[in-house]
Amino acid sequence: MASAAVVRRRVRRLVPRPVLATAAVAGVCVALIPLAYLAVRVGDAGWARISEELFTVRTGELAARSLALAGAVTVACTVLGVATAFLVTRTDLPARRLFGVLAALPLAVPSYAAAFAWVSTVAGFEGFWAAALVLTLVSYPYVFLPVAAALASADPAQEEVARSLGSGPWRTLLTVTLRQVRPAVGAGALLVALYVLSDFGAVSVLRADVLTRAIFTSISLGFDPTGALVLATVLVVLTVLIVSGEQLTRRQAARYARLGGVGRPPVRRRLGRLRWIAVSALIGTGALALGVPAASLARWFGEGVSRPGSLTGLATAAGNSLTVSAAGAGLTMLLALPLGLLGARAPGPVAVALDRLAYLSHALPGLVIGLSLVFFGINVAYPLYQSVWLLALAYAALFLPLAVAAVGAAALQTPPALEEVARSLGRRRTYVLRTVTVPLAAPGIAAGAALVFLTCMKELPATLLLRPTGMDTLATELWSRTSVSAYAAAAPYAALLVLLAAVPTWWLSARTGVLSQGVQGGGA
Amino acid sequence: MAELRVTAVHKSFGSVRALRGVDLTVRSGTLTAVLGPSGSGKTTLLRCIAGFETVDAGEIRLDGHRIAAPGRTVPPERRRIAVVPQEGALFPHLPVRGNIAYGLDRRTRWTGRIESVLALVGLAGFEHRMPHHLSGGQQQRVAVARALAPHPPAVLLDEPFSALDAALRAEVRQDVRSALRSDGATAVLVTHDQAEALSIADEVAVLHDGRIVQSGPPDLVYHSPATPWVADIVGETVWLPAEMTGGRARTPLGPVPVVTSDGRPPSAPGRVLLRPEQIEVVPAGTPAANTATVVRRDFQGHDTLLALRLTDGTPVLARIFAPASVPHAIGGEVGLRVRGAARAFPTPSGATDVSRR
Repeated sequence: MASAAVVRRRVRRLVPRPVLATAAVAGVCVALIPLAYLAVRVGDAGWARISEELFTVRTGELAARSLALAGAVTVACTVLGVATAFLVTRTDLPARRLFGVLAALPLAVPSYAAAFAWVSTVAGFEGFWAAALVLTLVSYPYVFLPVAAALASADPAQEEVARSLGSGPWRTLLTVTLRQVRPAVGAGALLVALYVLSDFGAVSVLRADVLTRAIFTSISLGFDPTGALVLATVLVVLTVLIVSGEQLTRRQAARYARLGGVGRPPVRRRLGRLRWIAVSALIGTGALALGVPAASLARWFGEGVSRPGSLTGLATAAGNSLTVSAAGAGLTMLLALPLGLLGARAPGPVAVALDRLAYLSHALPGLVIGLSLVFFGINVAYPLYQSVWLLALAYAALFLPLAVAAVGAAALQTPPALEEVARSLGRRRTYVLRTVTVPLAAPGIAAGAALVFLTCMKELPATLLLRPTGMDTLATELWSRTSVSAYAAAAPYAALLVLLAAVPTWWLSARTGVLSQGVQGGGA
Repeated sequence: MAELRVTAVHKSFGSVRALRGVDLTVRSGTLTAVLGPSGSGKTTLLRCIAGFETVDAGEIRLDGHRIAAPGRTVPPERRRIAVVPQEGALFPHLPVRGNIAYGLDRRTRWTGRIESVLALVGLAGFEHRMPHHLSGGQQQRVAVARALAPHPPAVLLDEPFSALDAALRAEVRQDVRSALRSDGATAVLVTHDQAEALSIADEVAVLHDGRIVQSGPPDLVYHSPATPWVADIVGETVWLPAEMTGGRARTPLGPVPVVTSDGRPPSAPGRVLLRPEQIEVVPAGTPAANTATVVRRDFQGHDTLLALRLTDGTPVLARIFAPASVPHAIGGEVGLRVRGAARAFPTPSGATDVSRR
């Protein structure tokens, strides 16, 4: 008896919430299936074969170019995202709400659709810098949204104190305001870097020779799985480097939401003459990010829908897109809940390790995830093969970190004192989780689900490989028509995809507080 | 309703020793205030009793049942000890009714218990309000009602009134006190506010550096503090150097009758404690009075605290009640007389006197 109790106590010290931790480990295991397959296949290939593929000038070039693309896009997105968020939330910019929505909307444009729009509009638009431009324009909302949310909710009292201590407005901005939102900037930049590393659509359309495109080429030309897998391994290594680099620079910030105190809307800075420069810059960004795709799609759209039978195909594809995305988002949230809650409630080495592991498969190209799960379906889980659930599993593996981040942030909004009170009133942990933690975190969790849903809808390569035979989604229809240069036929699918994706995007941007400034509840 | 007994409880966080052998007994149906400055371990003690922290050594018993000992921790939900945290911590997504019903099972929710605890804290009819529509004082009352609703054997209050403004604090404090009393709950309140501890509690336990240094009824702790440190933390003090001669002390204010904690007449020279209300202010030149100069005045409405200096330089505090019968302009001279007995302490030896409030 006593020894069992001792063991239990030791386990508890190491893993403070055993049930939650077990569920979290299960979620991470599911997310790591593709990675495990990668390791198994690379191991099968043998060292000689691997080193032959690995130590070539070409591999080095590809890795360097992938890193350079990720670096360039991340820097550009950080500047663009933080500047836009600051202008929208902290200045007297005219039509702030409109600009807030405009800055969030590019999330609804899949990278390959944007690339297709540019390449079909601007002749000779291809290569590294073309890809960098397109990827920046579609992914800067990943920085804008969290930073705008953080700026809108940051405590203005800290800035006021800095000003009262003799620090000027710009110094205060640099030393107080940007420090407050630093975790949000870091999280957004990490998402952008990983997104760019694993992007396949835009770099293929724009012929930027990076790792993902090379992997696809080596699979489609003569089906060389070993070469592809070695390149995929390089990609995984780069991801690990980025993720651990971000972890090193992250500092422990104040973790929990304030109790009490009255939330005040932040003080807005007067822009003066800079006002019109800022407006022009935002309009310019919006025109590039949204105007070009819109104009291009509109041009081809008229021709596309007038073709016979296209509306039925469009409706079927839209229905399929919604179905597979809903399944994917549902499964992802289910796996993400324990992980996010564990990170928020029992932070420690175990939670951090699980969180970082979940990021790994996020950076794998959808292509590798797709291939891995085809193998998994055929050899291990045959009943799942050719079903929507295997595709949902691929989505879960790909997008788990998005969901985990949302759940974790939402759970941190619930002060631990509330859970302690609930337990002191005689309620068990599971009951408290169901009646206090989850309801309070629900809006944040719903936002995470919307984000995952949106991302599933835009996902292309894994969908191409894993959709049940004959089940075409908007993304796959768009892709198959673009690849044969049938721009007119492709345009309606692209337009509907963007429109459907715009709905959750709108809702997400509304949640940042950009759309409802001043309606900030004080803590209870 | 149950007796709470804390025996020799130790708790460390890394190298910080928060509790170093706390002994505390709270009799059934009474309220004990744990008084201590910030960092003395008050909140840690409360969290150990509630079950949010485990104890490193010692044990805690509730109604005779052991609820905490090293390696044997009853989880908080099975202790049924209710907690009222600072700031109330109401569930923001539930209305007042939902908050209070949280600890009740399905049947008792409809027996009128919710309405009766709400009436107890003076908020009858507030069932359907949401927490963010309540004022700070109302939130605090709901938090108390929520804690009382399931008839817990004990209630713990963690500085529950510190966020309220002064006028409201006294009112909420008395309402909460009478609610606790009419429900017969055993309660522990931790606070750093001596006025709060003295006015609300049946017993006051003074916590210093992780140990209870004195506990007892408020008037006993105030008038017979066990150490100079306790004397300073429970109220304003006047310290006078003294020579002891046969049950009396020769002080700068003249001879004063003394008492000691052990009842024996003091012999060694030391110092004596007086409270400011024991110093009577009379017009300057009154026979048998000491002359003093007014240095500072703290006007507090119902009374005024005067800081004075005797002719030999000794500082003295005196409390006078409105309307003042003696003019006391700053810089002016008044006469002082001592009422009642002083409390003698031996000459401070080292650390005990350093940590004044």
